[in-house]
Amino acid sequence: MSDVRQHADDIHEQFSDHLELSLEDVEERLTTLVDEYKVPIDEARRSVTNHYLEEAGLERDDISQGGSEAANIEDVDEPEQWIDITAKVIELWDPRSDSVAQVGLLGDPTGTIKFTKWAKSDLPALEEGGVYDLRNVVTDEYQGRYSVKLNSTTVVEERDEELEVGDDTSEVEGALVDMQRGSGLIKRCPKEDCTRVLQNGRCNEHGEVEGEFDLRIKAVVDDGIDAHEVIFDKDATEDLTGLSLEEAKEMAMDALDTTIVADEIMDDIVGTYYRIEGPTFGRYVLADEVAELDGPADAEQLLIRARSM
Amino acid sequence: MSQTELTREVARRVFASEFNDSTYTFKESDDERAPNYALLPTGDRANRVFIAGTLTETEDVGDDSEYWRGRVVDPTGTFFVYAGQYQPEAAAVLRDTEPPAYVAIVGKPRTYETDDGTVNVSVRPESIAVVDAATRDRWVVECAERTLDRIEAFEEWEAEQEAPESGSTAPTNEYAQMAHERYDSPVINYRNDVIAALEQLEETDDVEATA
Repeated sequence: MSDVRQHADDIHEQFSDHLELSLEDVEERLTTLVDEYKVPIDEARRSVTNHYLEEAGLERDDISQGGSEAANIEDVDEPEQWIDITAKVIELWDPRSDSVAQVGLLGDPTGTIKFTKWAKSDLPALEEGGVYDLRNVVTDEYQGRYSVKLNSTTVVEERDEELEVGDDTSEVEGALVDMQRGSGLIKRCPKEDCTRVLQNGRCNEHGEVEGEFDLRIKAVVDDGIDAHEVIFDKDATEDLTGLSLEEAKEMAMDALDTTIVADEIMDDIVGTYYRIEGPTFGRYVLADEVAELDGPADAEQLLIRARSM
Repeated sequence: MSQTELTREVARRVFASEFNDSTYTFKESDDERAPNYALLPTGDRANRVFIAGTLTETEDVGDDSEYWRGRVVDPTGTFFVYAGQYQPEAAAVLRDTEPPAYVAIVGKPRTYETDDGTVNVSVRPESIAVVDAATRDRWVVECAERTLDRIEAFEEWEAEQEAPESGSTAPTNEYAQMAHERYDSPVINYRNDVIAALEQLEETDDVEATA
């Protein structure tokens, strides 16, 4: 197949759900631009695509970029990919905006991911517990967490079968090499369902609010091959440091400074080896099980390996 | 922002003998803010390292402002660690810690060329923690393992160069290639250092077991 033919084929496929168009027509438009007007093929394709977008009254985001691929949820690691997934609706949440028809959590055997279904997409309603083939969904990313969006080109088909949902747990073992900003004694927005961390007493969404104290640690655990970001919630932080939220508040009160808590925690944990297990959210691992690796390390096996090299 | 800037640089595990030989530094792009890497002779790049050892000496070598130098000894040699006003926490640890003490350090490799043309490699610490013997021992074992991994990959690459027609499936190893071009010291030296480091651990274990 010639280059032009291949591109024509792709474009034809992208629009076949939206427009009555013939492959010949697409090919002719491309050929005119390429052969007659000496436009590079990429630019020609762009131009022809735009023509059909206008004709169909669609936005560029509404059509798939050259076909979507079947994917597992755990493989979603970049935004703006068009994929097909088979997933179970684990739970539905209340949409916070009129432009969103449904929002919730999808799961497959490899993990879970948030989904958003636009109101204007005009798709059938998904039901909690239902298993669906979702073709042509597009991935998105916000602060390291991935989601999928169902749009007007998405095809939804209910499957009459059960699907096991994996919990996407991972285990990291290594040295805790850094503690990041926003760790220690923090304040969260008290507004319902918000819980954003305040910056200088301000919530990004709700402005100046009377915050609620919380403890957490954002740390980097590094095994010399990869650097993993790990979040310890209040319970995990208390277990790890032996410092309770109450004690942390007292400590900050005495010092008239909340940063003393972070400093104290940091001295305690940086440079220590841990094994951490927990679910992953985007690039973060949520620390569920934490063990300090303070036993003797086994040198013997390595010595055998080194000597035989 | 590009993807590379968002990705945190891994802290490589490297023994002092290899670290101090990592005199060649480079960037992967022309961007002013592109990260600096030291080339490890066993064939990897290091923008950050995690080291552990015994802090044996500290000295304020600054003229006008404090500039602390620490000597940190591992089974293969000595790391030189420098912390000044831009690393206040690390400088404070060097100031306040009474040697000898076990420390674990996260830091960046820095090179400095002396008047006679020798290149010295040192660590600019991001953090220094006083740790126990178990942590230090665990580091020696972990560092040995990572170093052996690098040597193995290097030797696979080398074998591939010697017998390209054998159709080996060894992956390309651009840093092994770079190390081969930049350094003279054979990687077998670092394997010997690994063995010596591990043997030292085994001996201490035996002493403790019989004590």
